[in-house]
Amino acid sequence: MAVNILMPALSPTMEQGKLAKWVKKVGDTVKSGDVLAEIETDKATMEVEAVDEGVLAAILIPDGTENVAVNTPIAIITAEGESADAVPAATSKPAPQDAGGEKPAAASMQSDLPAPPVVTVAAAPDVPPGTPMVAMTVREALRDAMAEEMRADEDVFIMGEEVAEYQGAYKITQGLLQEFGARRVIDTPITEHGFAGIGVGAAMTGLKPIVEFMTFNFAMQAIDQIINSAAKTLYMSGGQMGCPIVFRGPNGAAARVAAQHSQDFAAWYSQIPGLKVVAPYTAADYKGLMKSAIRDPNPIIFLENEILYGQTFDVPKLDDYTVPIGKARIHRTGKDVTLVSWSIGMTYAVKAAEELAKEGIEAEIIDLRTIRPMDTDTIIASVQKTGRCVTVEEGYPQSGVGAEIAARVMERAFDWLDAPVLRVTGKDVPMPYAANLEKLALPNVGEVIQAAKAVLYR
Amino acid sequence: MAASASSRSKTQKNAGPAEFTRDQELHAYREMLLIRRFEEKAGQMYGMGLIGGFCHLYIGQEAVVVGMQMVAKEGDQIITGYRDHGHMLVCGMDPKGVMAELTGRRGGLSKGKGGSMHMFSKEKHFYGGHGIVGAQVSLGTGLAFANHYRGNGNVSMVYFGDGAANQGQVYESFNMAELWKLPAVYIIENNRYAMGTAVTRASAQSDFSKRGLSFNIPGEQVDGMDVRAVRAAGEKALAWCREGKGPYILEMQTYRYRGHSMSDPAKYRSKEEVQKMREEHDPIEQVRGRLLREKFATEDELKAIDAKVRAIVAEAAEFATNDPEPDPSELWTDILV
Repeated sequence: MAVNILMPALSPTMEQGKLAKWVKKVGDTVKSGDVLAEIETDKATMEVEAVDEGVLAAILIPDGTENVAVNTPIAIITAEGESADAVPAATSKPAPQDAGGEKPAAASMQSDLPAPPVVTVAAAPDVPPGTPMVAMTVREALRDAMAEEMRADEDVFIMGEEVAEYQGAYKITQGLLQEFGARRVIDTPITEHGFAGIGVGAAMTGLKPIVEFMTFNFAMQAIDQIINSAAKTLYMSGGQMGCPIVFRGPNGAAARVAAQHSQDFAAWYSQIPGLKVVAPYTAADYKGLMKSAIRDPNPIIFLENEILYGQTFDVPKLDDYTVPIGKARIHRTGKDVTLVSWSIGMTYAVKAAEELAKEGIEAEIIDLRTIRPMDTDTIIASVQKTGRCVTVEEGYPQSGVGAEIAARVMERAFDWLDAPVLRVTGKDVPMPYAANLEKLALPNVGEVIQAAKAVLYR
Repeated sequence: MAASASSRSKTQKNAGPAEFTRDQELHAYREMLLIRRFEEKAGQMYGMGLIGGFCHLYIGQEAVVVGMQMVAKEGDQIITGYRDHGHMLVCGMDPKGVMAELTGRRGGLSKGKGGSMHMFSKEKHFYGGHGIVGAQVSLGTGLAFANHYRGNGNVSMVYFGDGAANQGQVYESFNMAELWKLPAVYIIENNRYAMGTAVTRASAQSDFSKRGLSFNIPGEQVDGMDVRAVRAAGEKALAWCREGKGPYILEMQTYRYRGHSMSDPAKYRSKEEVQKMREEHDPIEQVRGRLLREKFATEDELKAIDAKVRAIVAEAAEFATNDPEPDPSELWTDILV
């Protein structure tokens, strides 16, 4: 059958080009892969190869023609002995992209952008009344959570630097090697990019890795695997291939470890669709959220805090205590101002609320617990009550989590606000080493009190 | 460089790559032809504006995936970079689904949301299709880790190019794979150019089979244009992995006829170099020649195979042209499980 050769697009952006030179002549036999002609694009001269076989029956656009539009018929190839008239040039098939309404999808593309789905997260189940509480550190809560999930599911394993024989650089994995053995508690070399990728690959097969970064500062070496491989594969595979993995480790500043070891990455990861980002404060939430994270079929960024590791909280003594990802917790109720924080930021908010109470100001504290998906409803409900909002975080101000909260409050509770939302954040500088400068770079209780009073005009 | 390849293939001819049976030759011919015709059609459809973005064709390298797949067992995983159409076809993924993904339609293997570089099939054990150069090496090592963890006897076949071979995470992966004796065959498809950069301009050690030496990973160079040599090397490498001896490296010396992607005019090499490879080393012509010489098949029988392959490709192109684009609601699906 005779076929039209069309002016090809030779780059993602090409719309027209020059037909520089015909390499084949009319009457020549053409095989797949033969160079037919040379075409000049805006970037380069390219060769056009034949796909169909036969005889070059007619050249429709001569050598040297400029501005030939993509998809214009430029020649006709016929089978041996067939006439070029078999396919008149006018019957050239327009590219479907130009076909407008003929294509089933074209019309629907003109419809309005569909609304994103509304994500609802069930509230945390109430702890049954009378449940005994046990005091434990965040460190112990994390270890217990991982151990419980590893006992329950053979597919769960932990890998990272010093997690096994050393018992964890911060002793989070203490005792796990002894209980679960070297097959499931795996010391890696110092090779974040590589072992993050290995974890993601294993997760794609259905295993449930917990990948410990000694700190999230080192995860910058692995961030391509976290974002491009872990977070995006489900979408790029049309839902076929998920990645049930937990990336965990201490995030943000510890004490006197300077700029490279003191960054808060909550805002970075919270920007990525396909990730869930968790940053708890209390030991109970560390335990319940870690168990939920391990069971979650999605990639989870679990941001811990080194300073909180040693702090003690009451944890419900239950066989299987979980906390839903994506649900904030009202840490303290109040009517005058809403303080929104998470992780180490909560320590400033809690102390500030105590001080404010002495002056008759009742602050409501929301412990966000999960940064993504963000429980905006809980924030909005509180702001509708108090009319004032202050965010507290150790991260940077620009494009920070506080900035995102301020935007959401402005969008959804503008009419309830009696003052602008204020942010208390880490200062916009690399973390200094000197003790006095480090103190200045971090937020403090005084700044939270000051911001709360400012939004109350007091 | 062409000389070194031809002298090497001569050496291997003397060593005598295992001869194929009639069935093996015919199988290899058909599989390679399907990839060749599919890719030519993809190139044409790109030219017609039906395929957008980046599109990297596998033309010239067909013997590598076809030869390796001839020795793979059910359950062995495959993972590669962005030049992935051939790998998917050889895994048995539906040509219609692959082509419709290239055109971004709802019947594409990723529902139109992945494109040429991002397709997957759990069923066929194909783990992508990855657009970040070298990322698939760590991921593929993770597949091998999972095999080892489960003790299932499967091997992960990790494909990457001479360009990716210079990425740091490749060596991080080599180290852990050998340290933990993971069943991974690293198949380095050395097509001599990392986009426009010739191997010798980018690689201090251009013998890629030696890239695992400091980790004690054995490696060998293979004439990647001869499907028999590929199959023989693959058999050895897979057996090594299945015996629990750890990873193995195969440097496949191959060649891509087309540019790096559709918009690459390939000015960094001479036309003569390309022509010489096509005329003297074409993987399909080699099999075709043997089929006729050994009287395994007649010209007519080969023409019939060709016609069948063309029909499959035509059907794929037809489907990929007429299948609707994804429903707009698909924008918001598959972000989280």
